[in-house]
Amino acid sequence: MKLSQFLSFGCVLYLFNHGIHLNAQDFQNYTQAITNENISIELVAIKGGSFTMGALEEDITRKADEKPNHKVKLDDFWIGKYEITWEQYDTFVYANIDNSQFIDKKGLKAMGIDGISGATPPYVDMSFNMGKASAPAVNMTQYAALMFCKWLTAKTGIFYRLPTEAEWEYACKKGNTDKTASLDSIAWHQENSNEKYEKTGLKSPNSLGIYDMLGNVSEWVLDQYSTSYYAESPTKNPWNKPTELYPRVLRGGSWKDTANKLCCTSRQQSKAIWKRRDPQIPKSNWWHTDAPFIGFRIVRPKIQPTKKEIESYWLDAMMDF
Amino acid sequence: MTLKKNTLSRRHFVKNTSLITGGIILAPSVLTATTFKAKEKKLKLAVVGCGGRGTGAVTQALKADANVQLVAMAYAFLDRLDSSFENLNKMFDSSRIKVKPSKKFVGFGSYKKAIDEADVVILTTPPGFRPQHFEYAVAQGKHIFMEKPVATDVAGIKKVLEAAKVAQNKKLNVVLGLQRRYQFNYQKANSLIQEGAIGNIVSGQVYWNSGGVWVKPRQENWTEMEYQMRNWYYFNWLCGDHILEQHVHNIDVANWFLGSYPIKAQGMGGREVRNGKDHGQIFDHHFVEFEYANGAIISSQCRHQRGCLSRVSETFQGTEGTCHTSGASDTKIKSYSGNHIYTHNSENDKNPYQVEHDRLFAAIRSGEVINDTEYGAKSTMTAIIGRMATYSGQEITWEKAMAAEHILVPNEDELSFDSIPPIVPDASGDYPIPVPGKTKFY
Repeated sequence: MKLSQFLSFGCVLYLFNHGIHLNAQDFQNYTQAITNENISIELVAIKGGSFTMGALEEDITRKADEKPNHKVKLDDFWIGKYEITWEQYDTFVYANIDNSQFIDKKGLKAMGIDGISGATPPYVDMSFNMGKASAPAVNMTQYAALMFCKWLTAKTGIFYRLPTEAEWEYACKKGNTDKTASLDSIAWHQENSNEKYEKTGLKSPNSLGIYDMLGNVSEWVLDQYSTSYYAESPTKNPWNKPTELYPRVLRGGSWKDTANKLCCTSRQQSKAIWKRRDPQIPKSNWWHTDAPFIGFRIVRPKIQPTKKEIESYWLDAMMDF
Repeated sequence: MTLKKNTLSRRHFVKNTSLITGGIILAPSVLTATTFKAKEKKLKLAVVGCGGRGTGAVTQALKADANVQLVAMAYAFLDRLDSSFENLNKMFDSSRIKVKPSKKFVGFGSYKKAIDEADVVILTTPPGFRPQHFEYAVAQGKHIFMEKPVATDVAGIKKVLEAAKVAQNKKLNVVLGLQRRYQFNYQKANSLIQEGAIGNIVSGQVYWNSGGVWVKPRQENWTEMEYQMRNWYYFNWLCGDHILEQHVHNIDVANWFLGSYPIKAQGMGGREVRNGKDHGQIFDHHFVEFEYANGAIISSQCRHQRGCLSRVSETFQGTEGTCHTSGASDTKIKSYSGNHIYTHNSENDKNPYQVEHDRLFAAIRSGEVINDTEYGAKSTMTAIIGRMATYSGQEITWEKAMAAEHILVPNEDELSFDSIPPIVPDASGDYPIPVPGKTKFY
C-alpha cells in the first residue's frame, strides 16, 4: 500500500469513527470537514419538539395549501447554517466519482450506500452570471441536491439529507424568521435584490443563527407537493415521500419573489417548465435550465437512521421527458 | 389519446395537442376540399440522427400535430437508435410510434432509406453530413426540420444553398433549429431594433463561453472511424469546431439584428486548457471581429474552459441605446440616458424548440411555406469564416472564403466503419491541430 493510500484509508476510517463519536457528543453547532476536499459545512443544532405546522386559519392572506394547520412533533436535527454554495456544490459536480475512492465499503453498506453516480457537468453556466464561490448553487434538480447529500454521506460517514418540509418550517418558525420581522434585514427578495441572488450570509441570521432561510434562493425539501397532505399528515416526523417527478416542494422564496411570498409557511411547487430549454430527450436528471432561483441546504438527523431507513431516503431519478 | 397516461398528468403540452385536435374537428366547415385534405392527412415522420437532440425533435414534432406518426429511424449506431426508440415508446402510444423493425436503418447511407419512408424528415446527425442529407430530402420532395449548423465546410454551404432554391420551387417547408428566431424575447428585441429603438447598430458582442462538452473514452473494438463518429464534437469534418456547433446561435442573432452578413473577419484562437489526445483537433477558444458593410463591428467570443467567466448572450450598441438578449433571461433595451425602453421577462414564454415544430406543421397543414435555409446557411458560413480567421491568423473576406474549394467531408455513401477518416492521428496518437500563421485559411 502506497503512503497516500494508507493515509486516505486512515482518514476515511477516522471519519467513520468520528461520525459515531459525533452521535454521542454534545448536541451543539459544529463544522463538518470533508475528506481530501477544501470545503466544510457549518451546521446549527435544532432541538426537536412540537409545533403547529401551516398557516393560522384566521390568516386570510395565506393560501389554501398552507392549511389546515396541524400539530407536528420532530426529533432533534442539525440544519445547514447557510445555503449550499457553488464552491461546495461544484466539489461534488466535478468530483471524479469512482466508487473505489470510498474505501470503507463495509461502513458505506452499513449506511445504505452501494454506489454514487456523479452529476453530469452542465451544458452552459448555471449561475447565469450571478456569481459563484460563496454564492448559493442553483438550478439543480431535487434529485441532484439529494445526490450531493449521498456523496457527502459517503465522504463523511455521517448521514446527511435534505430537510423534510416539516423540519424546514420548524427551523424557520423556531428561529423567529417571519415576514412580520423586518424582512429586508434578513432576506433578499424581488424588491431589494438587484435581480439576482447574493452571496450567502450577507443578511442578518434568524434567532437560531441560520442565514438566508427566507429569500436569496428557494430551497429544496424532501417532500412531494400535495394540497391534501396537511389534512392527513402523521404527527411525528412527517415526510410525504415522492412518487411523482412533479410537483415537489421548495421553501423560503427567492430573489425573484415578491416579499409576500417569503414566509415560513409558504410552499412552492416544482414545474416541468423549469427544464423547457433542455432540447434533449430524456432531459437531464441533474439540471434545470430555467430555475436560477432554486438551491438547498442540508440536514443531519441527530439519531442516525438505520440502514433500511437511510436507503428509503435515496430517491431514484425518474425519467423526465 | 396520443400521449401515454403516465406523462399526461404533468404535461402542460397536452393542452396544446388537444387544442390542435379541436381545430381539426371544428375547421372543415370553413375549409375548401383541398385544404381539408391537407389538414386531415396523416403525416409520416422519419428521423435521421437519433441522439438526445434528434429524440427531442421527434417528441416536439409529435406534440405539434396530433396526426403525425414516426415511421422510420436512421442512425450510425444501433445502440443509440434503440435507446431513442425505447424512450419514445415510454412517452407516446403505439398509434404515434409506428417504426417496424425493418424501418430502423443503421450505418452510413441509412439516411436515404429513412427519408424515402416519410412526408416530413428530421435531420439531426452531426452537421458534417447535413448537406448530403438535406440535398437528398429536398430531391425527394420532403418537408424538413434540420438542426444547426447546416454544414462544416464551404462546399457543404454551397450544396445547402442550391438545395434551398429547389426546396423553394417545390414549396417545401424547411425549419431550422436556430431556435432564438422562434423565441419571443428575441423576436421582440429584433422588432424593436428594426423600429429604431436603439438607432443604428454600430457594434455588438456575442458570446458562447461555457465549460465544454463530453468525451467518450476510446474502446478497443472501435475502428478509428467509429471513435471519431462517437466523439464527433472534436473533429472538424463532423462538427466544424464549437464556433460553429454552438456559437452559430449568437452569431446568427447578430446577423439577424443587423439585417446583413459580415464582409470580413479577423481573430485569434487556440487550445489552452483542453488539449489532450482525446480532444481531437478543435480549439477551446476563439475571438473574432466581424466587420459589416456599414462599418459595424461585432466581436464574437466562444470558449470551452471550465472555471472561467461563463456567458451565453448578446449585447448590441446602437446610436441611441443598447440591447441585451439571452436565451436564459430577459431582453433589456435601454437608452444612453438610462431610460428603460423595454424589459422582457421570458419566464412564461413558450418553449422555442416546441414553437419551431408548431410552426412547421401548421405551415404544412395550411400550405404556407417557411424556408429558413438561407439565413441558416449564411450564419453557418459566418461561423466558418470566423474559424478560418482563427485557424489561419489572417483576415478573411466573405468573397475569398466562398471561393475556397477545400472539402472537409467525404461522400457518406462511400463510407464504412473501416474507412480511413479525413483526418487521422500520428504515431503518438496526436491529431494535426491548426497553427495560426501556418495553417491555410480553409
